[in-house]
Amino acid sequence: MARDSQAALTALNRFGFGARGGASGDFINAASDPRGFVLAELARPNGALLEVPGLLSTPELGKQVFDYQFEIKQARDAAKAAQQGASETPPQGSDAKPQQRRNLSLSTAAKEIAGKDPAMQPQPADSANAVMTPSATMQPQAGPAKPPAQPLNIIQKTFRAEALARLQRGVVADCGIVERLVVFWSNHFCISANKGALARMWAGSFEREAIRPHVLGRFGDMLKTVEQHPAMLFFLDNQQSLGPESRAGINRHRGLNENLAREIMELHTLGVGGGYTQDDVTSLARVITGWTFAGRQGRLGTPGSFAFNANAHQPGPQLVLGKTYAQAGIAQGEAVLSDIARHPSTAKFIATKFARHFVADDPPPALVAKLQDTFTKTDGDLRALATTLVQSNEAWQAPLTKMRSPYEFLVASGRLLARNPEDPGRYLNGLNLLGQPLWSPAGPNGFPDTAAAWAAPEGIKLRLDIAAQVASQLADKFDPRDLLELVAADAASPETRRTIERAESRQQALALLLMSPEFQRR
Amino acid sequence: MDCSESLTMQATSRRALLLGGASFAAWAYLPKFARAADGRDPRFVTIILRGALDGLATVAPIGDPDYAGLHGAIALRSDGPNAAVMLDQFFGLHPAMPEFTRMYRAKQAAVVHAVATSYRDRSHFDGQDVLESGFPGPGRVQSGWLNRALEALPKGERVTSALAVGPTTPLVLRGAAPTVGWAPTALPQAADDTAMRLLDLYQHRDPTLASALTQGLQLEKQAQGDEMKPKPGGGGAAAMRLVARGAAKLMAADDGPRIGALAFDGWDTHANEGGPVGRLAQLLGGLDGALAEFQSGLGARWRDTVIVVATEFGRTARINGTEGTDHGTGTIALLAGGAVNGGRMITDWPGLKPANLYQARDLAPTTDLRAVIKGVLHDQFGLGERVLADTVFPDSAPVKPMKGLVV
Repeated sequence: MARDSQAALTALNRFGFGARGGASGDFINAASDPRGFVLAELARPNGALLEVPGLLSTPELGKQVFDYQFEIKQARDAAKAAQQGASETPPQGSDAKPQQRRNLSLSTAAKEIAGKDPAMQPQPADSANAVMTPSATMQPQAGPAKPPAQPLNIIQKTFRAEALARLQRGVVADCGIVERLVVFWSNHFCISANKGALARMWAGSFEREAIRPHVLGRFGDMLKTVEQHPAMLFFLDNQQSLGPESRAGINRHRGLNENLAREIMELHTLGVGGGYTQDDVTSLARVITGWTFAGRQGRLGTPGSFAFNANAHQPGPQLVLGKTYAQAGIAQGEAVLSDIARHPSTAKFIATKFARHFVADDPPPALVAKLQDTFTKTDGDLRALATTLVQSNEAWQAPLTKMRSPYEFLVASGRLLARNPEDPGRYLNGLNLLGQPLWSPAGPNGFPDTAAAWAAPEGIKLRLDIAAQVASQLADKFDPRDLLELVAADAASPETRRTIERAESRQQALALLLMSPEFQRR
Repeated sequence: MDCSESLTMQATSRRALLLGGASFAAWAYLPKFARAADGRDPRFVTIILRGALDGLATVAPIGDPDYAGLHGAIALRSDGPNAAVMLDQFFGLHPAMPEFTRMYRAKQAAVVHAVATSYRDRSHFDGQDVLESGFPGPGRVQSGWLNRALEALPKGERVTSALAVGPTTPLVLRGAAPTVGWAPTALPQAADDTAMRLLDLYQHRDPTLASALTQGLQLEKQAQGDEMKPKPGGGGAAAMRLVARGAAKLMAADDGPRIGALAFDGWDTHANEGGPVGRLAQLLGGLDGALAEFQSGLGARWRDTVIVVATEFGRTARINGTEGTDHGTGTIALLAGGAVNGGRMITDWPGLKPANLYQARDLAPTTDLRAVIKGVLHDQFGLGERVLADTVFPDSAPVKPMKGLVV
């Protein structure tokens, strides 16, 4: 039985989000059939989709941002006009009065909004304010009096709603492996909400539309959907990239931006050293010119939807990785992506990263080889990839040396304490504190994925502070010894058991349980 | 007290730092010679600009006949509105850097141009690894050159200023030598007793976490009574100033750290980089402000200070199709501080003719960044050429320390 308990810990923590509390029976179920417990969730059809009432599509969200920005611009212009009107032409006649009053109120509105609108901040990073609660906006802490709370704008509201839906799914999932896969692929193909208003608005819909449908599907499909998603095109500037010899490029004297092309090769598929050159990057950049999204006016299609702008596309064949692509239009880029998705370097890069995430910073080479083989033989079937991982002996034999990321730690805590969040604020703040702000990594390479990155001294100390705070609020509802049975049963070390049993209070015991190696390692 | 409220406020202050993309970390010990009889008490700071700084836009070779054509709409000019500040007949400094201009005129700042690490590809992440690890190629991320330099210094007392480690230590300072950083927090602390019990558990079950928690707890103790609180908001430029102000205050103290590193994110200007005004100008303004904060915050200690500003690589000489620049090679390094032998441009200028560009697209590097850093470490701390070539920058013997960088 002890062996099964150890395997249950692996099933729940290495592959999932940890045992749920209450009467879930997760630990017992996992102990009786560890592999089956994980595989059952993988086998479910459409298990990764997140369809929640109220969450809108990318074009619908795009339209809201465009409208919102347009509204602000109008208010600004009107305010400016009012100022000029007031100084240059004195009001005359009876109809001047209501006119001016309307302008004044618009001016006030513009001023109020300007301080909150991420699109108007000097730095993209400032748009992070969107996740904050109304009581903590941009005002300096030392201010003499607290300003009245301002309502959240549409971008802030949307971000929180998307975050909440993701968190709730993580907290209630059976094993959690599918949600873990979503988080893995979302980080692999990351965007950052800090890029600007559109990125913050689309961070959730990007994951719902480009990542989730393919998490148990084909890598090539995910790649194509991601690189054609407005959020990615915006994040890596491709909507600005013009073929130098395209009609738009010639007319506007603008040309290539190779940002997206480089990250496709370096971060999304082949990996550094994957056999591509600077010329390949530049060629791919030419190939995907014209991949953009329709703007507010909708000249290229429904505002906020992917669009191919033939006017911006570099004409002619391109040589990428030794092969000439003569297709016209969008087919050229799709053909390149399709080939890159099947490139041996991609299989190796993905297999290594996948094993590193789930098993060990230096994953067993035999496991990487198996994953690479599956990826290649199944033409990038990601359900098969995950199944190979779960069915490998290596993934069960390797000791639990990885650290839970801050996101995994907070979700696992929510599961154990049966706290399905109704408000994402606490989680979002915790993630910010621990250095993993939701959907906002510092660069296109995503959040780090090594144990050392998440075991830094202040990181651990902050986890303890957060664990203590959570415990101080919730410990009265639980007997920590019961929770230990739910988390690890007889896989708990005698030291951990003793530490929890001898704690001076329930609060202390719960904090220690949440910080125990059994809860932190996976 | 409402816990969630204080958590929110805490998150606000932390976020201002983290998302502003700025952090500070330092060696946890004083060098033993810090209070030597001659009164010299050297400080060293390195500022890592992550994302690849456009050196040609920061210190523009306005006298190069090919520059204006290559940098196109965002090129700096020596005349007109927002003109560059001519440092000599040839090079013009970006107008967003008046403080650096002042230091340069006072011979307390210098520019090294057409400089690069040994890395010749164009991945940010590998480029930063090489810049910070000090190894000739990517893939070595266990320790950074500054940390290995610290290991070669005689260790004195532990710094006692208010310090806490950041959520992650920048690679340049990662390694065996213990480091601390500054990251203000107001989250309610777990009780000491809880922490001690957890530490005891870790010591029995998980030595790695035990070591991390031990350090975290020590630093928290030192941080108590710290009154430096960041103001939220204000953007990346404000965050740079803020972190520099805090770092300078800490480093000015007699028992504060002497050697530290800052990392500023956000220099990857692929699109709409801007010329004399715009996105890069704002970032440079922040960097300029940070340097000024060091000067004012260090007070009398500025005299013994050298700050080295470096980035992983440069950007394309020719602007791209979106009025930005893509990943390149040669760029600049900046030196600032009272101990800098400044007021000069240090460069073996390669020229910007097509044939002179690296791979026909980037400023060709003619100076190895390691020579610059080695020169400073040698002059500031007396590190020998051997240890610099073997340990601090492994396999770099042919790259000799640059002489005469420090007064």
